[in-house]
Amino acid sequence: MNDTTNAAPGGAGSDVANGAARDWTPDELMTVNAARALQGSRTCFVGIGLPSAAANLARRTSQPDLVLIYESGTLGSKPTRLPLSIGDGELADTADAVVSVPEIFNYWLQAGRIDVGFLGAAQVDRYANINTTVIDRGPDRPEGRLPGAGGAPEIAASCRKVLMVLRHSRRNFVEKLDFVTTVGHGSGPGDRARLGLLGQGPVAVITDLGVLRPDPETAELVLTEIHPGVAVDQVVEATGWKLRVADAVGVTEPPTQAELAALRALKSGGDPRA
Amino acid sequence: MAEIRSLRDAVAELIHDGDTVAMEGFTHLIPFAAAHEIIRQGITDLTLVRMTPDVIYDQLIGMGVARRLVFSWGGNPGVGSLHRFRDAVENGWPRPLELDEHSHAGMANRYVAGASRLPFAVLRGYRGSDLPERSSTIATVTCPFTGEELAAVAAVNPDVTVIHAQRADREGNVQLWGLVGVQKEAALAADRVLVTVEEIVEKLEPTPDAVVLPSWAVTAVAHVPDGAHPSYAAGYSVRDNEFYQAWDPISRDREAFLAWMREHVLEAS
Repeated sequence: MNDTTNAAPGGAGSDVANGAARDWTPDELMTVNAARALQGSRTCFVGIGLPSAAANLARRTSQPDLVLIYESGTLGSKPTRLPLSIGDGELADTADAVVSVPEIFNYWLQAGRIDVGFLGAAQVDRYANINTTVIDRGPDRPEGRLPGAGGAPEIAASCRKVLMVLRHSRRNFVEKLDFVTTVGHGSGPGDRARLGLLGQGPVAVITDLGVLRPDPETAELVLTEIHPGVAVDQVVEATGWKLRVADAVGVTEPPTQAELAALRALKSGGDPRA
Repeated sequence: MAEIRSLRDAVAELIHDGDTVAMEGFTHLIPFAAAHEIIRQGITDLTLVRMTPDVIYDQLIGMGVARRLVFSWGGNPGVGSLHRFRDAVENGWPRPLELDEHSHAGMANRYVAGASRLPFAVLRGYRGSDLPERSSTIATVTCPFTGEELAAVAAVNPDVTVIHAQRADREGNVQLWGLVGVQKEAALAADRVLVTVEEIVEKLEPTPDAVVLPSWAVTAVAHVPDGAHPSYAAGYSVRDNEFYQAWDPISRDREAFLAWMREHVLEAS
């Protein structure tokens, strides 16, 4: 993961070495790497937005057997285009089974049957805890309202592991959350066990700049990989706490033409196999 | 037994000022037409319950119909914020809105308890979250068998639940399929149940995975084709994603919102 020799055909990769413009966007880099992070997982509880794009891309590229599970009650959805909502009809029409919302949360999620939960977030802290509820805008202004918890607290609690995907900025990666909606690693090692959370919690946070992973000793997020063309300082600068950097930071593989074609086809509503 | 009524009569008879009303449908089968009828009739001071407030409650909240909202995820799915919901919570416009906020798992279980006529439900939930600090309907309970501490959530028992379904027969038996969400639980949790349907048929044909609500569990059925738009009814329509995207600029601006509601709801019928 630390060179550019496997770069895509078509010239995109050759631009990486000299830093010239390349033919993918930061969001595409993020989504492609988020999709790759699903390798080895069989079942994925999918949040809407970036996680859904990544999970669908994984199913269209390296993980054709990935079982996509949506909180609207679908097991094994196989959409051909990216759904706008978690309740688009295609998710149900292409599913192996459609169940009620109480069933999806109680029998499938809470029972610990699902390998990986894939979440987005508005605010993340150094222990990969998540705020999607309210933003403190200072003493003279009312709290800024975010959508709220949705499925996230129990997805992060009960899936065997958790992946997160969000854009990297000081606004999103904060020293202290204004509100803890969803627990990642709490306040450090041992907290998940103390709280009785079943799964191992967040194992990677994939952003448009690189990948952060929790330190096995401290549970604090550490920068382990940067994307091609991104500098370590840039990631440190975009993080609201003093970000720890791994001794040897890797560079992620550039997106392949196949990955980019599949992602663009999903986004444009077409079938990449067509 | 359910009576077949006009939407106007059914809403007038079943829904009153100050009621707790759940209008369910998890993205699919959202009863928009019934919400618009509530607005037209000027019914107010409602406690609105819904897992995902969606555009339907953005409209009700923006029109000042609600004093309290019980929910678990308040965004415009795939688009962004619900601006009328945010304006009410942040700025009290057009009136302040009290919140009782949950996770999806918690809300789903509150309906299960309500349908079961139990006082509360248990789940492994909310652990380490700040959500319980802001809600009086989340507590903990110790399992009498294992000693494990579990989350307890209070039952939801609406005065009225309103849902949209694909079909009913002339006796008022109701059939819905596709994403069935939490509608069965929400209906069985309520004192009164109003169902709007795409179609009234002579005989309900069995459909794979369909939920059937027997007539004796329903109060009133109203024939309202396309009554879920811009949500949808599987087999009859598709989700109008363009409308959900168009709602963002309409709902950002108070005047634009009011003008839209005047033209499409208040002056429609």
